[in-house]
Amino acid sequence: MDKIKVLVAKPGLDGHDRGAKVVARALRDAGFEVVYTGLRQTPEQIAEAAVQEDVDVVAMSILSGAHPHLFPAVVNLVREKGLKDALIIGGGVIPESDIPALKEAGIAEVFTPGTPTGKVVDFIKAHVKK
Amino acid sequence: MSNEHEKIQAELDKYNASVEKATAKFPLRDNVPEKGLYTPLDVKDLDYAEDLSFPGVFPFTRGVQPTMYRGRFWTMRMYAGFSTAEESNNRYRQLIAGGATGLSCAFDLPTQIGYDSDDPISEGEVGKVGVAIDSLADMEKLFEGIDLGKVSTSMTINAPASVLLCMYIAVAEKQGVPQDKLRGTIQNDILKEYAARGTYIFPPRPSMRLITNIFEYCSKNVPLWNTISISGYHIREAGSTAAQEIAFTIADGIAYVEAAIKAGMDVDKFAGRLSFFWNAHNNVLEEVAKFRASRRIWARIMRDRFHAKNEKSMKLRFHTQTAGSMLTAQQPDNNIVRVALQTAAAVMGGTQSLHTNSRDEALALPSESSVRIALKTQQIVANESGLADVIDPLAGSYYVEAMTNRIEKEALEYIQKIDDMGGAVVAIEKGYIQKEIQDSAYKWQMDVESGRRVIVGVNKYQIEEEPPKGLLKIDASVGEKQVKKLHEMKAKRDNDAVKAALADLKKAAEDENENLVPHILAAVKTYATLGEICNTLRDVFGEYEAHVSL
Repeated sequence: MDKIKVLVAKPGLDGHDRGAKVVARALRDAGFEVVYTGLRQTPEQIAEAAVQEDVDVVAMSILSGAHPHLFPAVVNLVREKGLKDALIIGGGVIPESDIPALKEAGIAEVFTPGTPTGKVVDFIKAHVKK
Repeated sequence: MSNEHEKIQAELDKYNASVEKATAKFPLRDNVPEKGLYTPLDVKDLDYAEDLSFPGVFPFTRGVQPTMYRGRFWTMRMYAGFSTAEESNNRYRQLIAGGATGLSCAFDLPTQIGYDSDDPISEGEVGKVGVAIDSLADMEKLFEGIDLGKVSTSMTINAPASVLLCMYIAVAEKQGVPQDKLRGTIQNDILKEYAARGTYIFPPRPSMRLITNIFEYCSKNVPLWNTISISGYHIREAGSTAAQEIAFTIADGIAYVEAAIKAGMDVDKFAGRLSFFWNAHNNVLEEVAKFRASRRIWARIMRDRFHAKNEKSMKLRFHTQTAGSMLTAQQPDNNIVRVALQTAAAVMGGTQSLHTNSRDEALALPSESSVRIALKTQQIVANESGLADVIDPLAGSYYVEAMTNRIEKEALEYIQKIDDMGGAVVAIEKGYIQKEIQDSAYKWQMDVESGRRVIVGVNKYQIEEEPPKGLLKIDASVGEKQVKKLHEMKAKRDNDAVKAALADLKKAAEDENENLVPHILAAVKTYATLGEICNTLRDVFGEYEAHVSL
């Protein structure tokens, strides 16, 4: 089986990327191929990168509170651009009460502060369609 | 070795033998430091007059003022701001009524990166992590009913710091308060934005110019203003160690001083207004040692390397914020205890001002009741704990003095390494500082995941919990409201005056010898927006592209 390929992305203007980078490195150490977008990506740019890199997973991180707007925007664009099966997950400072709506919008899972990176790895392994 | 030391050494040898015997039976916990006991032998080279001296006396290890909190407490400065200017104005007035002695403005991300609220890139971010400021009109609302001659205001603003400072000056002028009476701070520290925080706009060179322009303008016109808050806080939040926090930050400080001197300024004309911003992390004694070491390092650098003559230029004054990254989403009330301990560290370390985080900040922006507890925490430490009664109370502790030396040494090694690379700007461009921080962050996370480092409620002592209630929610319509206000303002202002001011600013930006602050102030007064001003500068300066490596 090919390596699972993950795009770690920072949508919006939020500059907090400690979590994104730690997760990216943990995923790489777990044997995935990881591409990190860097900061300040529009949903359009993220979807474009996901298609270009033909990734299996898009993993986004937001700590600014802009997730209700940006997460669904990325899901829609990624699907529109043809990555129908890509697993899309998110993390960051996200209130419990926002999670049902995000899942409804197509975010497969939301990882909140304190999540061990191993849990993200296991989730991806269990859910990626490959 | 003196007789006295020999005696201690002999006793210590005996003690160590007994420890060895004991650990054979009862092994040590696996995350304790190598050494568990400190003695006079660990500080035998410490020279009181040279290394510690007295509060208010070089090298200021024991504090920058002679009386410290015996005169007055530190400034209890709560970082706040969200949604619209009106809402934030309300919160500021409540904080002042509740006993806060300084304001600290949080701006939303579009404001911090120089975009107007109606810019497509601002969508979803307006009013989220702070207040949205598009023009002078918003700033007028933000400080309505607050006497800028009386309050001191800190603004967490970096890349567009000059614009926000000019707006503040313009609001004060309308209130009848002259510039030379204004007290406060702009963060204005672009280097740590590249390295750790991420709200940069322009490339380093023009950014450094804007910063030295501000130093120069303020030294003449706004002399009580702290023109920069050289920040380790965000470097630590991004995952650095204590020694890395002060090392990378002081390296940034060196770069700013060098830039200003290169621009022709006399060091003693601006260095007294430089201030610092530290993190108060979980390890109480290590943090106290860090604060003390930072003062000693800076004093010596300013005296010996930059030949400052005025003692004010050598004093490292600092604001502190408790560590946001150490707050847990699990069992959030435990965070009150963490913040209290971090507060104790900041106070025993001699901070000049302090923001305490709220218990719910790993979950959302803080609610009003959580902010109240955070402020009360400071009041309790100040008035009830006794920690503020005596100056530098941990001085002379074998452990704290040895650790102060250790952190100083580690930091100086990093500073040397950065000097050898060509300074902080080069080290950031090479990605060196980012990489060091990332490595430390990853190590921390792996230690937590392996259980070597225990975080109560996260990887040990977990309990079943109800989802937290009463979290602050920002009204989703804030963005729309702010955009509507912006458009109304644009329709009312004199658009010819705006155009002329922006054209003038552009011309000034193209001339490297021109100080941009007066031009920005003139533009701000025409109600030119933050986005318009920053876009004018983007046209001339270009934008920074980040160096990303994992």
